[in-house]
Amino acid sequence: MAEVLVYTDHLDGAVRKPTLELLTLARRLGDPVAVVLGPGADAAAPVLAEHGAARVLTADAPEFADYLVAPKVDALQAAYQAVSPVAVLVPSSGEGKEIAARLAVRVGSGLITDAIDVAQGDEGPVATQSVFAAAFTTTSRAAKGTPVITVKPNAAPVEAAPAAGAVEPLDVAFGPLATGTRIVSRSPRESTGRPELTEAAIVVSGGRGLNGAENFALIEALADTLGAAVGASRAAVDADWYPHSHQVGQTGKTVSPQLYIAVGISGAIQHRAGMQTSKTIVAVNKDAEAPIFELADYGVVGDLFDVVPALTDEVRARKG
Amino acid sequence: MSLRIVVCVKYVPDATGDRRFADDLTTDREAVDGLLSELDEYAVEQALRIAEGQRQSGDEAEVTVVTVGPEDATDALRKALSMGADKAVHVEDDDLHGTDVMGTSLVLAKAIEHTGYDLVVCGMASTDGGMGVLPALLAERLAVPQATLLSELSVAEGKVTGRRDGDAATERLQAELPAVISVTDQSGEARYPSFKGIMAAKKKPVETLDLEDLGIEAEEVGLDGAWTVVESATERPARTKGEIVTDDGEGGKRLATFLAERKFV
Repeated sequence: MAEVLVYTDHLDGAVRKPTLELLTLARRLGDPVAVVLGPGADAAAPVLAEHGAARVLTADAPEFADYLVAPKVDALQAAYQAVSPVAVLVPSSGEGKEIAARLAVRVGSGLITDAIDVAQGDEGPVATQSVFAAAFTTTSRAAKGTPVITVKPNAAPVEAAPAAGAVEPLDVAFGPLATGTRIVSRSPRESTGRPELTEAAIVVSGGRGLNGAENFALIEALADTLGAAVGASRAAVDADWYPHSHQVGQTGKTVSPQLYIAVGISGAIQHRAGMQTSKTIVAVNKDAEAPIFELADYGVVGDLFDVVPALTDEVRARKG
Repeated sequence: MSLRIVVCVKYVPDATGDRRFADDLTTDREAVDGLLSELDEYAVEQALRIAEGQRQSGDEAEVTVVTVGPEDATDALRKALSMGADKAVHVEDDDLHGTDVMGTSLVLAKAIEHTGYDLVVCGMASTDGGMGVLPALLAERLAVPQATLLSELSVAEGKVTGRRDGDAATERLQAELPAVISVTDQSGEARYPSFKGIMAAKKKPVETLDLEDLGIEAEEVGLDGAWTVVESATERPARTKGEIVTDDGEGGKRLATFLAERKFV
């Protein structure tokens, strides 16, 4: 049967959820073959097998941690040549997109980024994308070569689909470009204990209306009662009220949760681009004319400093 | 020694306008006014700062802005020149219509080689396609290091160093020149063109190149040569506005009730 290459995003063998979603999509196209680079492959393999990986190709070398992107391209290319897949799926992170792009050049393939769905079509895999700030939905396919597709988080459910998951070492020969950009130091992002922004089922975001960094405590308190991730508008990030890694919008993260709560956010195009595919949208804003209300399934026109604490208390009370 | 900096810029439809697709499913460039992609302003800014730093330490530097696009794309070049870039290169050819990112990176790489470079500076993504892969594609095609998504950077002694804020970690990167870098919107506010800058830009050289000048065959690019095909583009139905209530002291509670009805609580 046809095989589909799936690039695994993991930290020391802990597989991140978007990779498991990719396995669900990959099974629509063929037998998934997962590629795991760096330490922890032994821990990752059973999880990948549980979710449908027929084979798990592994390689570990210091180059993966010491140099940016290019060594991983060499490894994915080696896997590509070993497998001859019908498609290559890569999680849509900044790094994932760069790896996918460079692989596509090397193997002469069409590249599609930020897919929100992948299906089998008459002329090969078809990817769905949300474009122009989510105003349009497009479908695309590769015209040349094997499609290389990067896929956004939450594109598909995680499904148990036990497969063999046979672990096989992958031979990787690093090319002259591999050691071009040295990673001099790395500081892992400190965990907030909250869900990952792009993967969360619920996101609570704050904007200009918060009026100061200290007031993000209100957003965090609401987020924690709902088990949600915290987001911020560009205005709030530019004012240094919240870290850029939490920015939702065109130049930040794109999120598509089940529930998005926008607090003190007017809803400029820059912000809407990052959240308007959310299933349910709720807004709190003191300006009844704020464009965010055009998108909202439910909106409260009022002072967020009254409404949000009351909401948090009520949610807490209902949860008992 | 002069540091040759090339900045890649894109002329895009204004993101605040009503962007659409043309009948051939390429971006409709008629419906909405075009402009220099906002995220490329950060690239121009960083290039200018690097060049200024070079000149302050007694070295020479030259900033060339390069674009691939239709005739109107000159506007994007003029904006960059008015910010302070020294000269521009415009690759324009009717056969480029419909070129995808793989083709664009091919054309840009040839134009950059034609221009001569030590450092290529890009924005983090365009504001229309928004793929964010062009810098990596250029590094691959030019066979030089990529130091991308930098929110802070410096160039000294033939090396670029910078900070990359990734999803899982913040990394400090270092690469020898020649290299391709991309900078984020956190790298530093872009300057506004001064009146003097706008006047000076009118006299700065803009070199126009076509595919033949770059030794690229028409079949390698354009809609027919694209590596990907857009099969359909469907306008997303506008979200229907839901219930909007004015807080009368019960707004928080009513919102909680809505969330409970939708089973979020």
